[in-house]
Amino acid sequence: MTPSTAAQNARSRKVIAIATVVLMLGGFGYLAYGGIGENIVYFLTPGELVKKGEKAVERPVRLGGQVVDGSVVWNAQNLDLRFKVTDGQGTEVLVHSRGAPPQMFRAGIGVVVEGKYGRDGVFQSDNLMVKHSNEYRAPDAEAMKHPERLNKTLMRESRS
Amino acid sequence: MTRQLGYLATIVSLAVAIVGCGMAVLGARRRQASLVAASYNAVYANFFLLAIATGAMIYGLVTHDFSIGYVAQVGSRATPMFFTVISLWSALEGSILFWGFVLALLSAAVVWANRHREGTLVPYAAAVLLGIGAFFFLLLVGPANPWHLVSPTPADGPGPNPLLQNHPLMAVHPPLLYLGYVGMAIPFAFAMGALLSGEIDRTDWIVLTRRYTLAAWAFLSLAIMAGMWWSYEVLGWGGYWAWDPVENASFMPWLTATAFLHSVMVQERRGMLKLWNVNLIAATFLLTILGTFLTRSGVLSSVHAFTTGTIGYYFLAFIAAGLVLTFALVAGNSEKLASEGRLDAPASRETVFLLNNLFLTAFTFTVLLGTLFPLVAEAIKGIKVSVGAPFFNQMTVPMCAALLFLMGVGPSLPWRRTSAAQVKALALAPAIGAVAGVAAGLAFGIRDPFALATLAFAAWALVCNVREYQVGAAARMKAHGESVPVAVGRLVAANQRRYGGYVAHFGIIMMAIAIAASSSYKYEKEATLKPGATMPLRSFDLRFKEVWGRDEPHRQVIGADVEVLDKKTGAVLATLDPRLNFYPTQEQPVPTPSVRSRPVGDLYLNLMAFTPDGASATIRAIEEPLVPWIWVGGFVVAFGAVISGWPTRRSAGRRMVPVRAPLGAAAGFGAPAGTGVATANQVASPVA
Repeated sequence: MTPSTAAQNARSRKVIAIATVVLMLGGFGYLAYGGIGENIVYFLTPGELVKKGEKAVERPVRLGGQVVDGSVVWNAQNLDLRFKVTDGQGTEVLVHSRGAPPQMFRAGIGVVVEGKYGRDGVFQSDNLMVKHSNEYRAPDAEAMKHPERLNKTLMRESRS
Repeated sequence: MTRQLGYLATIVSLAVAIVGCGMAVLGARRRQASLVAASYNAVYANFFLLAIATGAMIYGLVTHDFSIGYVAQVGSRATPMFFTVISLWSALEGSILFWGFVLALLSAAVVWANRHREGTLVPYAAAVLLGIGAFFFLLLVGPANPWHLVSPTPADGPGPNPLLQNHPLMAVHPPLLYLGYVGMAIPFAFAMGALLSGEIDRTDWIVLTRRYTLAAWAFLSLAIMAGMWWSYEVLGWGGYWAWDPVENASFMPWLTATAFLHSVMVQERRGMLKLWNVNLIAATFLLTILGTFLTRSGVLSSVHAFTTGTIGYYFLAFIAAGLVLTFALVAGNSEKLASEGRLDAPASRETVFLLNNLFLTAFTFTVLLGTLFPLVAEAIKGIKVSVGAPFFNQMTVPMCAALLFLMGVGPSLPWRRTSAAQVKALALAPAIGAVAGVAAGLAFGIRDPFALATLAFAAWALVCNVREYQVGAAARMKAHGESVPVAVGRLVAANQRRYGGYVAHFGIIMMAIAIAASSSYKYEKEATLKPGATMPLRSFDLRFKEVWGRDEPHRQVIGADVEVLDKKTGAVLATLDPRLNFYPTQEQPVPTPSVRSRPVGDLYLNLMAFTPDGASATIRAIEEPLVPWIWVGGFVVAFGAVISGWPTRRSAGRRMVPVRAPLGAAAGFGAPAGTGVATANQVASPVA
């Protein structure tokens, strides 16, 4: 091998190496860009969800709002839960969820539901979270009372 | 009294760190041994000061001294002693204090171990460690001060966050994580020290750095595994990984440290990738700081947390300073960081290491992108978004498969080059293994293509892994007439570093198989049951007995007794009692799922809801195959790291023999005690 062909070889190898790296980076960037775009989950209020209309239909969304008083219909045998969520500004969205709601779920509480808004105007929830769940607060009289009230009957026949 | 003592120790430690850092730099520049010795003493003094401060805080927690701000924040007379002690790390200020203590401890340990080393590497490393220390002690004096006076002294406190006092793993996960996270500051300090001292072209810093990275990496691996386990045992959704930003924060430095542990071998053997390795160490350290920023500043739950606390700005400024320091030092040493060797052939171990690093880096970028994207979107466009788990899964599962493939290929290929015939001979058995892996997956009913791909490449890697032991042990058995266990044991002992790595690989393969199986072949069912009613599952039947309640000092517990029945005979195999714990400080109850673990898999029960009169309860049951092997795999990984890094008489007695002797390796280079460097000569190398 003459020195010039050796240098040529080295150069072409460098070109191949750089081209490979550029190609891989490009592919990675393309995949990441498309992947993020497809999997972005918007956090919306009922008003924003309805306003988005067609653009928000059948896409993963996190919907946050308050459970409307008197709207909760819970069938414990079928584990079928329906309720309305409001943004407090007049827009309500009907939510359908399967599975038991969190223990503290009730009318008036703030919730975040993950799921998709269907064409029929019903939000199909895969995951229902009570909004205060992650909030850590110092004890207040109301919260202290709450679990007791809830479990009073069971506590009476409590064992240790 | 306790408060004043702790506060004083914290303030003095800040002063000592700043002065010590200055003395170390001056002493190293002027080659003044007395100044250097004084700076080492500053490192030791800081360990004692932080031990006093941390001890004072624990004492304050245990004695319920609610005049101390942090105790008033997380303490409670009702909390059991065990959880009172570990509430040291259950909120921001205490965790920064504990962080500072671990940093002071590790700094003192490494400086002590290397105090007799010649040259200016260690003084500069001590300066960097003291500088990092000064930053954390500054946080403790400023925005994260746990010592502020609460007056008048409250009679009682709220107790730690219920999620953190619900499971004993909370005593294990945070300390391990801090040892791993803070441990990454040590390699960073030595890399920066090597750049500052101009000793970057010697090998002793890289030998030390590999060792310390390995130790921190082992702790970080265990910490991540313990975190997964905690999430599985406490959060009640039957999963262990959700690509949650907090999880990602711990995972990113693990990925870059893993990349470094592999690429450092290329530097040691071939004198290549020096610049890359320095960058990986710096990236690992800065990612630990970024992770602390993400989890401790409150920036993730809401960007508006910035306005309530200033600690985020401190972290950002520190990350920026770290980046500037790294870039400046790397630029100043560019000649010394030039590569000595180059790739000879595409089919060689070097190439595999390069690809391994490429995938691990891409992996890190993916996780970083998905973690930071919501922050950027909210800052720029003002929209609230999150990046769904499918993004992470579809991006990273192929990378995991590729990494498993390389894990099999790498150890089989020799350095420099391989012939095509060799490659073919090597690939046959693992290829059969991969096909068998897919077949087994299909036979068990797994249809998910991602899971099948993972199984294929995990089986591929497993065959390669076993072959490494088999070939080596067979040679020993033939040469020395040893029995199988003796031969395997001595093979590992004689090639600690190499086979330690293979043991870690084995643990990763275990985890990969268990994760693929448990996530794709999960059986989930939820039902509301009356007492005596049964609920059929895939491999068991459940019979609900009753709901019960119990008062505990710090909480109320509601549990459901559920019998697990054999599907055929109807015999009672176990009684599980998933619970809901009601803490007075939190409206939402904290679930305690009940898990029956067997090698074939877990039965996971969670109490979802109950009627207050006990007439019915809603139970979610999940059958997840192979889950226990994830935890076992985590221990095996850490065990591999211990084997690989454990000091030996062999390695203490002699130095490594690099393929190319680095420049200036002879001058001022005493044999480091117990560097754990593996030897190039193998009892039996499978292909070389």
